[in-house]
Amino acid sequence: MKLINFFTNNSQAMLVSLGQHIALVLVSVGIGILIAIPLGILLTRHKKAAAYVLAVAGMVQTIPGLVMLGFALILMGIGTLPALAVLSVYSILPILRNTYTGIIEVLPSYKDAAKGIGMTKSQVLFKVELPLALPAIVSGIRISAVYIVSWATLAGMIGAGGLGDWIWTGLATYNTDYILAGAIPSAILAFAFSALIGLVQKLITPKGLRRNA
Amino acid sequence: MIEFKNVTKRYGSKTILHDLSFTIKTGEFVVLIGPSGCGKTTTLRTINRLIEPKPGTVFIDGEDVTQQNAVELRRKIGYVIQQIGLFPNMTVEQNICVVPKLLKYSKDECDRIVRELLALVDMPYEENAHKYPSELSGGQQQRIGVLRALAASPPVILMDEPFGALDPVTRDSLQEEVKRIQKKLKKTIVFVTHDMDEALRLADTIIFMDGGHIVQMASPEEMLQNPASKVIKNFMGKHMNEDGPVAPLLAEEFMKKKVYKVYKSAKTLESIELMSKRDINSLVVIDDDDTYLGTLSIEDIKARGKAGRSIAELINSETMTVGRKDDAKDALDKLLSSTSNYVVVLNDNRTVAGIITRTSTAKAMGEALWGDLSA
Repeated sequence: MKLINFFTNNSQAMLVSLGQHIALVLVSVGIGILIAIPLGILLTRHKKAAAYVLAVAGMVQTIPGLVMLGFALILMGIGTLPALAVLSVYSILPILRNTYTGIIEVLPSYKDAAKGIGMTKSQVLFKVELPLALPAIVSGIRISAVYIVSWATLAGMIGAGGLGDWIWTGLATYNTDYILAGAIPSAILAFAFSALIGLVQKLITPKGLRRNA
Repeated sequence: MIEFKNVTKRYGSKTILHDLSFTIKTGEFVVLIGPSGCGKTTTLRTINRLIEPKPGTVFIDGEDVTQQNAVELRRKIGYVIQQIGLFPNMTVEQNICVVPKLLKYSKDECDRIVRELLALVDMPYEENAHKYPSELSGGQQQRIGVLRALAASPPVILMDEPFGALDPVTRDSLQEEVKRIQKKLKKTIVFVTHDMDEALRLADTIIFMDGGHIVQMASPEEMLQNPASKVIKNFMGKHMNEDGPVAPLLAEEFMKKKVYKVYKSAKTLESIELMSKRDINSLVVIDDDDTYLGTLSIEDIKARGKAGRSIAELINSETMTVGRKDDAKDALDKLLSSTSNYVVVLNDNRTVAGIITRTSTAKAMGEALWGDLSA
């Protein structure tokens, strides 16, 4: 009861934080997409380099979020910008890996057929490889988005705003209401993103590839 | 015309193709065959430059393929691979029209092509055009694969084991269709297979490869009769005997030996008796020295015979005869073209060896196929 009262009293401020949080996620995943998809495509053309790049990206991913935020704080100071930078870096790997493997795993016979009937390299990419890899790529975006929703709460620590603010305030003052006011919406947000992108994934999967086509 | 000129291909120190030179005539159906790793697919792929020969080159109608833009070259050459080559994200219609679209044909033109081609393989447009490959059977998918290669009407079509993954019945009907289409549209087809049945069935010319060399290039008949090497012989397998081509079958293999004979001195009455006892309507008549004279039918006796007279004047000497070592085909031709129901088989000394009837022929055929028959 107390919690519901708290929520209703602070609904305005919570909505603002939710909005900031969504913005953080969208922008950083957006940057992630812009970097990861072209890079992933590029790597499929340079398989030797791919092994190194993916290894490095994997290593970055294992650095704890707090450490990264710490670095960002030192290098870029407090605010939204360093948070966005860190979150974007984190959003790259799942998309990158799925783009790369999605394209690599397109059956060689399709590529052979495409090349053999006279498609140029970019036609092979856009007419065959990307459409067939699209479900995998979107699934990478989905993983990224769900990660970033939770990691964006950390970003509150360096003053990026969003639902993290509530959690950090709660933790600092031992106030569960504040913690829950940040945790519950961000959990729901993660589910919502996952469901929404799942739907998108279904819609964009080429009809011939759907299981019950 | 496709001309290979000293085509060689090496991967590292391994030579895949050894200095191949040969010519494929326009409108010819050429099948490349050989054991795996013999270079047949590599040879095929040098034609549309999926593989670059070095040194050597391939000319199509006098033009060096290596001097042409690879992408444009490929659009002028049909290409069919095993069934998974259809793009799963495109409908049947889109798959067929991929190349015309690359060549910037108009939408109406594409539409016309799709309708025309689907009709060619008896797949109604309304039912099939908007399906995805996953909704088609394996045979239908490969039909579409063939149509896709035909769509921009290329004069040359390359097929790389297109029917390898299909069940035998579907494969048979697709082979027939491809052969029919090839003849109708007068395409030059280069076809890779490892199945000799398929090669014999489709090819005007078979090119047999082994270890990157051409072992023999010949018509199916020629290859069956004079295989150039043991490998080819093994490949022919069931089409060959151990020591070479199947010997022509002999007339004696089709005859039955039990023949009812009478001497020319016999009387009409006793002949009729013999026929009715054996439930037959004609007899073979022999001379006193057992040599063949002719035949005697119940109709002749009825029409012209007189009781108690000799049969000599009733003998029909026009019945067809063959020697027992004659080709069975001659005997069967005679049997089928003559009005009588049998052909008499003679020994070298003109005595009667047996007769060939429709029943004895059927029996011999049956035994050849299934072993001894009881009846």
